[in-house]
Amino acid sequence: MDIPYTVHPRPDTGLYNAKLGIWLFLASEVMLFGALFSSYVLLRVGSPNWLYEDAKDLSVALGTFNTAVLITSSITMVMAWASLKLRDFSRYKLYMGLTILLGLVFMVVKSFEYGGKISHGVLPSTHTFYAIYFTMTGLHALHVLGGMAVNIYLWGPGSKLWRTNPEQLTNRVEVSGLFWHFVDLVWIFLFPVLYLL
Amino acid sequence: MDTHDLAAFKRHIRLYIGVFVALLIATVITVAVSYFHFGHEDSHVGNVTIALIIAGAKAFLVAAFFMHLSSEKRAIYTLLVFTSLFCLVMLGLTVYGHYDTPDLTQWTQSGDGMVIRTTEELRHEP
Repeated sequence: MDIPYTVHPRPDTGLYNAKLGIWLFLASEVMLFGALFSSYVLLRVGSPNWLYEDAKDLSVALGTFNTAVLITSSITMVMAWASLKLRDFSRYKLYMGLTILLGLVFMVVKSFEYGGKISHGVLPSTHTFYAIYFTMTGLHALHVLGGMAVNIYLWGPGSKLWRTNPEQLTNRVEVSGLFWHFVDLVWIFLFPVLYLL
Repeated sequence: MDTHDLAAFKRHIRLYIGVFVALLIATVITVAVSYFHFGHEDSHVGNVTIALIIAGAKAFLVAAFFMHLSSEKRAIYTLLVFTSLFCLVMLGLTVYGHYDTPDLTQWTQSGDGMVIRTTEELRHEP
């Protein structure tokens, strides 16, 4: 039996099922990151010696660069989906490839930042600030990896679906895109909160 | 897609590019304002407020246009109303926890009498 409503919207929700599914999942993600942001606020206001902008030694330049990388990957992700809507498969491959590449650039920069901290002996145990810094950016980086894994599948073997069911592939790319934009959205808050304030 | 839809869709693509440029500009503004201090000398409230307003505007752009929330179905809006509500309650309860901690006021004997140091004073000690 086929999975119902992968292409056509379900009459009662007006949505194809995967879209409602990803939004339910994103709602749970809001609670997950919301819990961590709440913890950040509590740790910050409750700390007698919080590390403010000058005291911590994070690279604002690298953080800004990574913000730009993620924003760019969001637009290439939208363009990958739009290319499928316009029935241009080779352009889809290009934009999806770029999205994956930008995700990789983000991870490489992040690993340099982590490496720099750890080699200087700055660990989660160093200070409450670094504990929440590593927790939040670490969880975020895992999300980037997860999004990349799905995108790589949809770029590679998963793209064969184009020949048999192009609408379903378009919807899969949209759903993967929703997750990817959410990961970008979380970073939009993480960057100022951890690097600048 | 017929020609009318196609023309509408191409306008959408131009909108996406506009949003992308706006997001990059907002990122530059976020970093630029962080070099200035707003509000009272030893208060971070001014800078935190400004940074969160810019981040909120960027999040709005991503959610409304890249995630298509500007024209989504009712079921998703309903879902997100509940999500925001629960998330705000969680944030509120967590922050309330800060005010629900034991009083750390210390009484210490010093020379000619008792010295009372309140929780707030202890927090600001180096």
